[in-house]
Amino acid sequence: MDEVFKALADASRRALLDSLHARNGQSLSELCAGLQLTRQAVAKHLAVLEQANLVAVLWRGREKLHFLNPVPIHEIAERWLGKYERHRLRLLAQLKQRLEAAEGGTEE
Amino acid sequence: MSANRFVYVTYIRTTPEKLWQALTAPEFTRQYWAGCWFDADWREGGGWKLMIPDGRIGDAGEVLEIDPPRRLVLRWKNVFLPGLRDEPATRCTITLEPVGASVRLMLEHETELARSPLLDSLSQGWPHLLASVKSLLETGEPLEVTRHWPEGI
Repeated sequence: MDEVFKALADASRRALLDSLHARNGQSLSELCAGLQLTRQAVAKHLAVLEQANLVAVLWRGREKLHFLNPVPIHEIAERWLGKYERHRLRLLAQLKQRLEAAEGGTEE
Repeated sequence: MSANRFVYVTYIRTTPEKLWQALTAPEFTRQYWAGCWFDADWREGGGWKLMIPDGRIGDAGEVLEIDPPRRLVLRWKNVFLPGLRDEPATRCTITLEPVGASVRLMLEHETELARSPLLDSLSQGWPHLLASVKSLLETGEPLEVTRHWPEGI
């Protein structure tokens, strides 16, 4: 679990996970295209994410494809959120979104 | 051919044999898969049905490859949900690999459709089941959320 939190404590690595969340199964080159980082830096970040089991890798021929693996985050959520809390939190998140949209705010 | 797929990986402190049994045997799946169980002919070409506790068939398909306790490939169709049951079959590949005192479980689920509500639905369900089977094997207790079939579905 330490590895998961360490892996998530970096904006570039979170950006890589966001990119996979938007489009799963990208190659290293595809992931590099969306970020202002060198190929080596992206490869290094991906290795950390893979080590933390936040990214799963599949080989398709000679191409290595990266997939967002939500299981460790899910396990963290299961550890601290009961099922009733989860339902209330979802309602709160929806309320927050609606109120902020009504104010005309542009932030998430 | 651009398949649409998700890949999930979890590490479980158990043996491949026990995990295989937990994934396939009714007395185990009933505990963590919302009371569901496999009515299956576990051999290549055999049919399988995932039975809902009230007697309906939830999902079904064929066994494409089977190599216990290492690899299971299933043709996977939804049977009971309007909106999902008309979709073409998906393919589910489960691979178990011992790593030290644990087993690495890799689950790959794919479809040929670019947009697939069935795959979206499966991608939401699997993390709960994987976390729950892990909990069952490591602590003896499945997760509360996956114990019972949800009301009204």
